[in-house]
Amino acid sequence: MDLFEYQARDLFAKHDVPVLAGEVIDTPEAARAATERLGGKSVVKAQVKVGGRGKAGGVKLAATADEAVARATDILGMDIKGHTVHKVMIAETAPEILEEYYVSFLLDRANRTFLSIASVEGGMEIEEVAATRPEAVAKIAIDAIDGVDEAKAREIVEAAKFPAEVADKVVNVLITLWDTFIKSDALLVEVNPLAKVASGDVIALDGKVSLDDNAEFRHDWDELHDKAAANPLEAAAKEKNLNYVKLDGEVGIIGNGAGLVMSTLDVVAYAGENHGNVKPANFLDIGGGASAQVMANGLEIILGDPDVKSVFVNVFGGITACDEVANGIVQALKLLEDRGEEVTKPLVVRLDGNNAELGRQILTDANHPLVQRVDTMDGAADKAAELAHAAK
Amino acid sequence: MAIWLDKDSKVIVQGMTGATGMKHTKLMLGDGTNVVGGVNPRKAGQKVDFDGTEVPVFGTVKEAIEATGANVSVIFVPEKFTKDAVVEAIDAEIPLAVVITEGIAVHDSASFWAYAGKKGNKTRIIGPNCPGIITPGQSNVGIIPGDITKPGRIGLVSKSGTLTYQMMYELREIGFSTAVGIGGDPIIGTTHIDALAAFEADPETDLIVMIGEIGGDAEERAADFIAKNVTKPVVGYVAGFTAPEGKTMGHAGAIVSGSSGTAQAKKEALEAAGVKVGKTPTETAKLAREILGG
Repeated sequence: MDLFEYQARDLFAKHDVPVLAGEVIDTPEAARAATERLGGKSVVKAQVKVGGRGKAGGVKLAATADEAVARATDILGMDIKGHTVHKVMIAETAPEILEEYYVSFLLDRANRTFLSIASVEGGMEIEEVAATRPEAVAKIAIDAIDGVDEAKAREIVEAAKFPAEVADKVVNVLITLWDTFIKSDALLVEVNPLAKVASGDVIALDGKVSLDDNAEFRHDWDELHDKAAANPLEAAAKEKNLNYVKLDGEVGIIGNGAGLVMSTLDVVAYAGENHGNVKPANFLDIGGGASAQVMANGLEIILGDPDVKSVFVNVFGGITACDEVANGIVQALKLLEDRGEEVTKPLVVRLDGNNAELGRQILTDANHPLVQRVDTMDGAADKAAELAHAAK
Repeated sequence: MAIWLDKDSKVIVQGMTGATGMKHTKLMLGDGTNVVGGVNPRKAGQKVDFDGTEVPVFGTVKEAIEATGANVSVIFVPEKFTKDAVVEAIDAEIPLAVVITEGIAVHDSASFWAYAGKKGNKTRIIGPNCPGIITPGQSNVGIIPGDITKPGRIGLVSKSGTLTYQMMYELREIGFSTAVGIGGDPIIGTTHIDALAAFEADPETDLIVMIGEIGGDAEERAADFIAKNVTKPVVGYVAGFTAPEGKTMGHAGAIVSGSSGTAQAKKEALEAAGVKVGKTPTETAKLAREILGG
């Protein structure tokens, strides 16, 4: 889960990373009181999870509370690279900035550990700095157990060649930022820019934080979820504990196992090349068990998507045998019909693996008018794409 | 022969007495796996009956090893406790720990991986979030269905469980020396490269099938390793060509971020290393059949 800037700011503040004051609002009028609390001037910052908001006009200075209301009016509702601005942060104006740095901690998949990246050339995208001036970017591996103590922080500061007069302050930022990273189960904590201001202080002016969804069991992250941005189908699927991602095609996909479903999307997209370029409408992994109930929940989500023109159910019977899965599909359709849901979209079902013959026979015997059996993955994908194209 | 697991492997199950542990211990025993014990401190001293096979429960991994000579542990404990279970296996210096549990926080995986390193990497870790490892006809450790294939000449390494099963089934008439599911998490113990090196050294493996998916650069590094070190034919498959940027596709590690981790880049890297890459699982199986059939 990626956080908004204001959420990152709050998290930093909680772990004593030096930040400026700021609060989030979602109506223009609220900008007045917030700006007054900051002494009558503020920066109005669009809260979107995408870079380049400054260039898009999403960050404006307000010299008075009235001006803050006007700027918030402009920015709220603005579209920045496809992201609608629902909230703005009213932030304390930064003192005169003398220098801009970059520091982050992140997961280093390749080395199976954590990594610190630091540079005295902050303010722009670090990828850009790394591409043009790689010698200006220091990368230091962090042991997951030893972590970052003062010595490690000094090592980072020296490697990135921070000026001596800010060294102690940057060390403090690194230690508190590491604390944020570890205690929040983060995948990334990034400060950019980390600014040296006229007073000599070093302050985190903007930050990015990404948290590990798998760690939610040991945190209280309810308030961090961005309910406004969630696709309604994705939100409904999440409520039913389904692993669902909405995509922009026409062929609804249900399968068991993340890898097989990913592969199913690809196979459908290839098949679509011969059928009006139809594409997969979603990713949905119903997992190993695939009971009738789970299958019914999955079908309900997929059939509720107006973009879906046909459905491809692709199941490989492993531990769960295909006859159980076939019964699940038949019961799921009945369950939906009993609930009064009208099932009108054609379903192509491919069953393979354990007890495939038995499973296929069950589908044949059920003889549901909307269900077609195709026994190979490639063949079934082709049929589903063809049906979606015909219904378009 | 095979890699890492054979008929002489003695297996203990951490989390055997839980629902998932019970179900899969029964299946593993049915596949001929030599399950010699379970571990649960609260049920130490008890015995669990699996269709007439009595399996003793020990309080710790160390006790289980001392009593049974176990050299493999398979871990089914819930995600909240998995890190401690893996650390216990590492402390007991068991040669192979297979971590089936999914949904583990990546800080926990990073932590037990660092711990394994500090202890001298005496324990090979497979997983987490993986289906396990099977040497058909000899031993099956994890949740891979034991009856969809037979012993044979193909070695298989895969990030995905169901794609492993799909491929084992498609190539069932040829059969497998060993199939290992390494898992799709951002941090895993055993990598594609570890399995490739082991299959290259295994005289009973004639061809290697490697299944990858979006996210990270493990496939690219594996391609580099293949170019330099693997003389046996390798057939590859990569899932996730249609996955949009920034969306996690089921596995915690399956995410394209920016231009990194795309399926296209992985396919190109593998092909540049001389790996034949199939467009679909079925086509991949066909490529393997063509090479072995000749």
